[in-house]
Amino acid sequence: MSWRRLWAITTKELRQLRRDRVSLGMIVGIPVIQLVLFGYAINTNVRGIAAGIADQARTSASRALVMDMLATDVVAPVARVETPQQLMVMIRRGEIGVGIVVPPDFEQRRHDGRPVAQVLVDGSDTAVQAVAAQLAQVPVDGAVPDPRAPARSTPPEGAISVVSFYNPERRSAVNIVPGLIGVILTMTMVMFTGIAIVREHERGNMELLIATPLTSAELMIGKVLPYIAIGLLQVSVILALGRWLFAVPVRGSLFDVYVAAGLLIVANLALGLLISTRARSQFQAMQMTMFVFLPSILLSGFLFPFAGMPRIAQWLAEVLPLTHFVRLIRGVMLRGAGLAELWVEVVALAGFTFVMMSVAILRFRKWLD
Amino acid sequence: MNAPSSPGSRADTAIRARGLCKRFGKLLAVDDVDLTVPARQVYGFLGPNGSGKSTTIRMLCGLLLPSAGEIEVLGLEVPKQAEVLRSRVGYMTQKFSLFDDLSVRENLEFIAAVQGISRVVAKTRIDELLVRYRFEGRQHQLAGTLSGGWRQRLALACAVIHRPELLFLDEPTSAVDPESRRDFWEQLFMLADAGTTIMVSTHLMDEAERCHRLAILDRGRLVADGTPPELASALAGRTLLIETDAPRRVHEVLAGIAGVLSVVQVGNSLRVLAGEAADSAQAQQLIETAIASAGQRAQVSVVAPNLEDVFVAATRNEARRPTCAA
Repeated sequence: MSWRRLWAITTKELRQLRRDRVSLGMIVGIPVIQLVLFGYAINTNVRGIAAGIADQARTSASRALVMDMLATDVVAPVARVETPQQLMVMIRRGEIGVGIVVPPDFEQRRHDGRPVAQVLVDGSDTAVQAVAAQLAQVPVDGAVPDPRAPARSTPPEGAISVVSFYNPERRSAVNIVPGLIGVILTMTMVMFTGIAIVREHERGNMELLIATPLTSAELMIGKVLPYIAIGLLQVSVILALGRWLFAVPVRGSLFDVYVAAGLLIVANLALGLLISTRARSQFQAMQMTMFVFLPSILLSGFLFPFAGMPRIAQWLAEVLPLTHFVRLIRGVMLRGAGLAELWVEVVALAGFTFVMMSVAILRFRKWLD
Repeated sequence: MNAPSSPGSRADTAIRARGLCKRFGKLLAVDDVDLTVPARQVYGFLGPNGSGKSTTIRMLCGLLLPSAGEIEVLGLEVPKQAEVLRSRVGYMTQKFSLFDDLSVRENLEFIAAVQGISRVVAKTRIDELLVRYRFEGRQHQLAGTLSGGWRQRLALACAVIHRPELLFLDEPTSAVDPESRRDFWEQLFMLADAGTTIMVSTHLMDEAERCHRLAILDRGRLVADGTPPELASALAGRTLLIETDAPRRVHEVLAGIAGVLSVVQVGNSLRVLAGEAADSAQAQQLIETAIASAGQRAQVSVVAPNLEDVFVAATRNEARRPTCAA
């Protein structure tokens, strides 16, 4: 291993990157766009669904019930009408997602213990359906919610605090951003290195490089070094924006966050290099990147809870570096854990890197055939 | 650094290959080639496209594994000692293989570092090369924006930056204008004068003519080998010039005759290459008879063979059996 040759490769990569405006833009552009998308648009915590209200009872208790429902903020009243039929028409037209009906005999039903109100739901949207479940659980004195409402089994009414159960803080940007660091690093790091060696082949540079005393390890490591710095830069961008836009806390040590990110970066770079030795064109390298990226997003626990996945999907997920990183970073950033407490994930990431890098260096042969 | 004057390179033979074969799947790209390249000369490798020139060069500098055969380059066994060899040879690829998005100087700096030249030495060496290849005003220009001739000069500068004892050039001037080609060859002879052995492949006759020695490759086989005058003199008496008023008609007549290898029209005359069996008198008589019996009038004379004749004679040979057949 010659430092001079290693450094030569690294400077060359940086110089080329500096002149490649598109790639340069992606380094900062990808984290910013993804953070904003996931942070704002993809919000599993549904709010402000358009609702129509038909309060046929018009008593103080019925008004109080409607106000309680609106107080959850998951629905926003857009229309007040006279009959349930009007609400159904509005739902069909897509003007509202939810209709709240309080029948004229509300007081009597309340007294009898029969269902006091009905929530009409646009069942074509699963998110709205989940909202109905929330609404149906608003407690009413001496009454049970309508069992026909498309909600799960009704909870016992009374003193149960439904509001705390559906904590609006839950599943918000706070939960998304730490995992998003991993998603962005997986996407950009694997892709950048995935095309790094293929590009040399495509442009004909490789024949020249092979004809020099450059070793496989020097070439591989030299190419990876600049991207470690770039990856850490991306982490900083996400952390800063996450804090600024979504007030995402870092409850553990910032140093641990960077170490965890560093581990994921090298794991992904090693994987990218392996792809690089296998792919024949930059396009193929991109395809292979997607092949890894999609399962990473879906199985890592970033979007869907790991515990709910079938056993075989869990095994697959254990192989993906992102899975371990998501556990690691959520622990450090949200629960304030230290790396030592999460050593299993640290070892998993390091092991993945070691295996991928070794295979990549062994696979890269200094021969043209 | 291994300067050309190091003791190991004083040997008179730079490259020796025996029974060299390369197979790509079913295709036999190089078929039983024997080569001996003397040191400190410009050795040409002439052949049409697809004749196996690039493949042979790549095997000689340890970039491709031969399917069979033995190679010794600068006293090293290839491919076994290919890694050691790499710092002692320079290789200029057929396709421009430097980095388009690096400047002239950055390319040179990169190659110098990769060749393991120390920073201090590299700086003086690069300055020297920039002057010798006249890049002074262009050292910060991106390589991708250079024109063909300049690119080739930059590629040559990069290939010799570590003062290799042996330089492989794979069709270095195929995309270059005549002026730049002449200039490029001047640089090659300067290098040869300084003691570098140069192996250059080409499909251009005028370039082949300038080599000290020449090997002609056809469909993977070595079909001729020697100095250009030697190769030409072997054809003495077999090349004839025919002057006639009806060159097209005479061309048709001669094309069908056994014993005539090729007929090429040059202006109003025809240049004819007779088959191997013929001596000059026989050939001349054969042709005169044929023309007369076709009712045409022509003046037939024997002329000195040139390299193109050599090439045609070597590549129009009778069917051959592959030696490396599996």
